[in-house]
Amino acid sequence: MPHNTQQLEDFVTQVRRDILRQVHKVNSGHPGGSLGCAEFFVALYQEVMEYSTDFTMDGLNEDLFFLSNGHISPVFYSVLARSGFFPVEELATFRHIDSRLQGHPTTHEGLPGVRIASGSLGQGMSVAIGAAEAKKLNKDSHIVYSLHGDGELQEGQNWEAIMYAAGHKVDNLIATVDLNGQQIDGSTDDVLPMGNVKDKFLAFGWEVLEIEKGNNIVEIIKGLEEAKALTGKGKPVCILLKTVMGNGVDFMMHTHAWHGKAPNDEQLATGLKQNPETLGDY
Amino acid sequence: MKNYTDTGKKDTRSGFGAGLAELGKTNENVVALCADLTGSLKMDEFKANHPERFFQVGIAEANMIGMAAGMTIGGKIPFTGTFANFSTGRVYDQIRQSVAYSGKNVKICASHAGLTLGEDGATHQILEDIGLMKMLPGMTVINTCDFNQTKAATIAIAEHDGPVYLRFGRPKVANFTPEDQKFEIGKAVQLTEGNDVTIVATGHLVWEALLAAEELEAKGISAEVINIHTIKPLDDEAILASVAKTGCLVTAEEHNFLGGLGESVARVLAENKPVPQEFIATKDTFGESGTPAQLMEKYGLNANAIKNAAEKVIKRK
Repeated sequence: MPHNTQQLEDFVTQVRRDILRQVHKVNSGHPGGSLGCAEFFVALYQEVMEYSTDFTMDGLNEDLFFLSNGHISPVFYSVLARSGFFPVEELATFRHIDSRLQGHPTTHEGLPGVRIASGSLGQGMSVAIGAAEAKKLNKDSHIVYSLHGDGELQEGQNWEAIMYAAGHKVDNLIATVDLNGQQIDGSTDDVLPMGNVKDKFLAFGWEVLEIEKGNNIVEIIKGLEEAKALTGKGKPVCILLKTVMGNGVDFMMHTHAWHGKAPNDEQLATGLKQNPETLGDY
Repeated sequence: MKNYTDTGKKDTRSGFGAGLAELGKTNENVVALCADLTGSLKMDEFKANHPERFFQVGIAEANMIGMAAGMTIGGKIPFTGTFANFSTGRVYDQIRQSVAYSGKNVKICASHAGLTLGEDGATHQILEDIGLMKMLPGMTVINTCDFNQTKAATIAIAEHDGPVYLRFGRPKVANFTPEDQKFEIGKAVQLTEGNDVTIVATGHLVWEALLAAEELEAKGISAEVINIHTIKPLDDEAILASVAKTGCLVTAEEHNFLGGLGESVARVLAENKPVPQEFIATKDTFGESGTPAQLMEKYGLNANAIKNAAEKVIKRK
């Protein structure tokens, strides 16, 4: 770190391969949202966050990340492994019996890099706020990051958390919403119209940043740096990250069809062809 | 039979408040979260002395549980406080995923459990919380019987690494356990020695069990009363040692007989030494409005009911 843009894009390409290969091997998992957030994860773990791969649960004096929409575990696992938290070979055990790479992330099997179980939606914002409050008590000036699905905002607990964070000035928190407009049953507007998400966060008293090109790693890094500059000023910070579900694999893009479905052999081959090996397959 | 003296009626929730206040002075990692019931939970003293470690979350229990889980990351020991109903049923999935499955060191402290909450009625009188909590892997479940024991338990659970559900209540009840007791999680306390029947009681029913034992003694029946403050992990050995002598048992709890202490004890007996058992508990029903004493009488959760159950179970030997 830091890397040039080509290096980061190569990293993303490899992560896409890891995502496809993980879900293909077990014929289960969530490739769509994982692909949509590949650039975000690479930006966070390769450029923006300060952390040690010498993992400790307490994470004192380092930035923390919480994945609330735990079903996009394939991208989380790939980026954690390729950032040095555990051997990349372990990606081959995704969703297998006796694996640390459970279907949804968990601390239960002791996988380095994971600090909370997630999967049942709507809980990660509260956890991130708690960790942020603990950092303040510990006089630790590092930042807590979190990621949430847009459909996930339908869970009411988020709004309890969003109200708390603004009301109690949790200004060491950057919560990103993956605004891809899709959820299992269809588009978010069809399932439960969400209205203007930006206005909602603003009305609750948050700083809101929008990243229009949420699959452009340069734009993401720029947005995250802007968000960092807004911390410590009395307000929690929200990033609305506009992504394309399934990004980087043409037949998976712009549809909710690949939310929780694995590619078959032929589809895998097509997806891998579109994303040639860069850092070496596991 | 050893006699126990009520040193003056006090509420168990004040025992929690006193224990929390003590922890505030002795353990700087202890933090407290409350969902708009600071006075009811007697958390005022901790709040006044340590405002920086007290987190008022408002009427938002799900967020409170999640925040508590997050605060353990950074070494804090969070104590959450609200009524038992809102501490468990309302936030079951939050506790399940963010606390229990994640193995977080959160202490879920629950007041106003059971029928003795009284006049507010069934919406607030949870009788299912022990069952909900004991089913969660890794969760320790404690139901204390008086002020002194609740204070001691509150202090003790801060030293235990792992999630704990601490259940106590609203009304002023007999305070009879020693002020200087050392609270040992998972270790039953034998209160009386007896040969005819074992009475295993938890929470507010422990004092009632002692009253029942006195009445039984007057009739020539010797009852062994065990205060089983920890429902999980259960002190199997203490229960089995007692029934080896008495050959029958009554369990007593302010909780539904489905999922409560009685069922846990029945499992231990079934696996090791089946003996006749009677259940003093609510029988698959909701509560209702009334005074605590009226409710405990109507639903059969007092000394008289325990005495009758003991006499019945002895005949079944």
